[in-house]
Amino acid sequence: MSSLLLEKLVESVVRADREEAERLAREALAAGVAPRDILMLGLSPAMTRLGRLWEEGEVFLPEVLASAEVFEAVSRSVDSTGRGGRAPVGRCVLGTVRGDLHDLGKNIVGIMLRTAGFEVVDLGKDVPCEAFVGAVRQWRADVLGMSALLTTTMREQRNVIELLKKEGLREGVLVMVGGAPVTAKWAEEIGADAYAANAHEAVEKAERMLGVV
Amino acid sequence: MQGSRLDSRPMLRLLSDDDVDRIHRAAMRILEKTGVMFRSREALAVLGAAGARIDEGQGRAMFPPEMVMEAVSKCPSSLQLYTSGGSPAAFVGGEESHYAPGSTALNFGDGDGRDAREATSADLRDIARLVEGLPNIHLQSTAVVACDVPREIADLYRLYIVLCNSSKPVITGAFSVQGLVDMKDMLSAVAGGDDALRAKPFAVFDVCPSPPLMWTEISAGNIMDCARFGLPLELISMPLSGANAPCTVAGSVVQHTAETLSGIVLAQAVKEGATVIYGGAPSLFDMRHGTTPMGSVETMMIDICYAQMGKFYGLPTHTYSATTDAKVLDMQAGLESSLGSVLCALAGINIISGPGMYDFLTCQSLVKLAVDNEICGMVYRFTAGVDASEEAMASELIESAGPGANFLSSPHTLRFFKGEQYVPGPAIDRRDRKRWLSKGGKDTIARAADVVSRILGSPAAPVLTDEARSRLDEAVRRIARRHGIRSLPLGPDL
Repeated sequence: MSSLLLEKLVESVVRADREEAERLAREALAAGVAPRDILMLGLSPAMTRLGRLWEEGEVFLPEVLASAEVFEAVSRSVDSTGRGGRAPVGRCVLGTVRGDLHDLGKNIVGIMLRTAGFEVVDLGKDVPCEAFVGAVRQWRADVLGMSALLTTTMREQRNVIELLKKEGLREGVLVMVGGAPVTAKWAEEIGADAYAANAHEAVEKAERMLGVV
Repeated sequence: MQGSRLDSRPMLRLLSDDDVDRIHRAAMRILEKTGVMFRSREALAVLGAAGARIDEGQGRAMFPPEMVMEAVSKCPSSLQLYTSGGSPAAFVGGEESHYAPGSTALNFGDGDGRDAREATSADLRDIARLVEGLPNIHLQSTAVVACDVPREIADLYRLYIVLCNSSKPVITGAFSVQGLVDMKDMLSAVAGGDDALRAKPFAVFDVCPSPPLMWTEISAGNIMDCARFGLPLELISMPLSGANAPCTVAGSVVQHTAETLSGIVLAQAVKEGATVIYGGAPSLFDMRHGTTPMGSVETMMIDICYAQMGKFYGLPTHTYSATTDAKVLDMQAGLESSLGSVLCALAGINIISGPGMYDFLTCQSLVKLAVDNEICGMVYRFTAGVDASEEAMASELIESAGPGANFLSSPHTLRFFKGEQYVPGPAIDRRDRKRWLSKGGKDTIARAADVVSRILGSPAAPVLTDEARSRLDEAVRRIARRHGIRSLPLGPDL
């Protein structure tokens, strides 16, 4: 009975049918299903399936984002932490570097990281070096993700890493960089730990770096 | 009789007069009510003094419609570009189109482009030399960012390499506020002074807003400096439909219009009569892959529509097209590049940036430039239209020759065929199979590579006078020293 309910819940999240998903989650709670099980068996599989469908070109980005919103909303309605008693996979500070106002890619990365169980602190766009470093210190971040869309601004990523070193924080945080002009070679050159070409890869690499998978 | 030729020039428009009017009014409303963000205190101050309403807290400028239309009316309707030596090179206006290599690629692909790598200074030199020898690509661009140049001067050093290897006008852009000032000094050095540069411009500066409705400190600074220095400015609004702009063609055009007009107002507020090219590089946002396909037909539709808006405002126009999303120079590359080249030229877009580029806007290729040159040649033939003069109709000739005649040896054929037929090749092959096989049975890539080898293999003629070259070298030396740079690839001794 409850497994059928959870399977229906997965379907409703994949369809981004918020009303139906919330109704099913309430029904599951009423039937005595543990919040943790609702999350693990009724919600997370939907995002995994969507990630795979997206990779295969079967669903489109706006649909993935709509489902991610339903996922987040229902997760929180089931359990206020949205994690059902699970510890966050890791804490990630994200932002687009100074001088750069392009935050679309970074936002998608943020959503995907959240749905993968990360706690995400999004600093927004046009973020100065000091703000990145301050947030890494304040939140004791496991991962710092920096986006830069312009050839003019990508060198800011280096500046942030240099400032992290100066402040003695570099060792404690894994740095991941991305953005259209950014390459794996650039990441290596500036001493970042990882380069991610897209949101999917960002989640994969963050998980791998933290040894979650 | 020449008149019939001009009247029949083929032309493509997608918006009705009513559509244009409604898009215009929608953009005006956005500019007046919502405004545009300028992350530059100086720009906000300049705009405030010129009559915009400034919201300091939000960093926004709101523009009264009269202010916008007055600024638009101050913009020149065309621009004459010169060679670096001061000869007329390209008229940017009317329905004329000129192609320029796609700009600022990070990568370069040899051969069929499959194995792209980071671009170097030597690649840019080769691109500049090749384009100098390709007749249908009238303009140069600072086509790649060279990885072997210190990043602090990566913008201006591209310009140096192009100026040393070609005299064609160049489409360029700066990566910082200081970068543009340094580049102006380099251009002045070549021209022999600021006044000479202003009188006969041979470089155009691209400046991009950050969609939706924002200008960074660098882009706002670049606009103001271009206006001050009298450098032609090309505004490159790039709505990505469905990502940072509405997913509809019309919505993207409205946003493009508002962003571009806001840049025009800033330029005119600094200097009345500043030359602004109504440009752009919009793209569809691909919902399956999260990419920005330049070869999509909707991207081309947005290009054509905003160019129509630019013409409505009476400005010279520009777009990014003639490029492809293919990762290898294959059929997709050919068809997307051709489609964009043709459609944008039919739309009468004055500067079309893109030839040579593939893999979205990330890679440049010598081989593709050579192929695109022939595509552009066909487009020029097409847009020249049909000569339907009495002589061209040749009714008398048909009558006098009568049934069963042949025209191969007719004086009329000898006189007209060269003007009527664009003869492509060698990238486009029209041999019969037997002769094609006897010449090695080469495919497009190999034939285009032959063009590249021929042009790059011929001795390079100096494009600058000795005086201009030594002034330019000295300007680059000064800039390099300021940055503490000790050596530069292909550069002057430091």
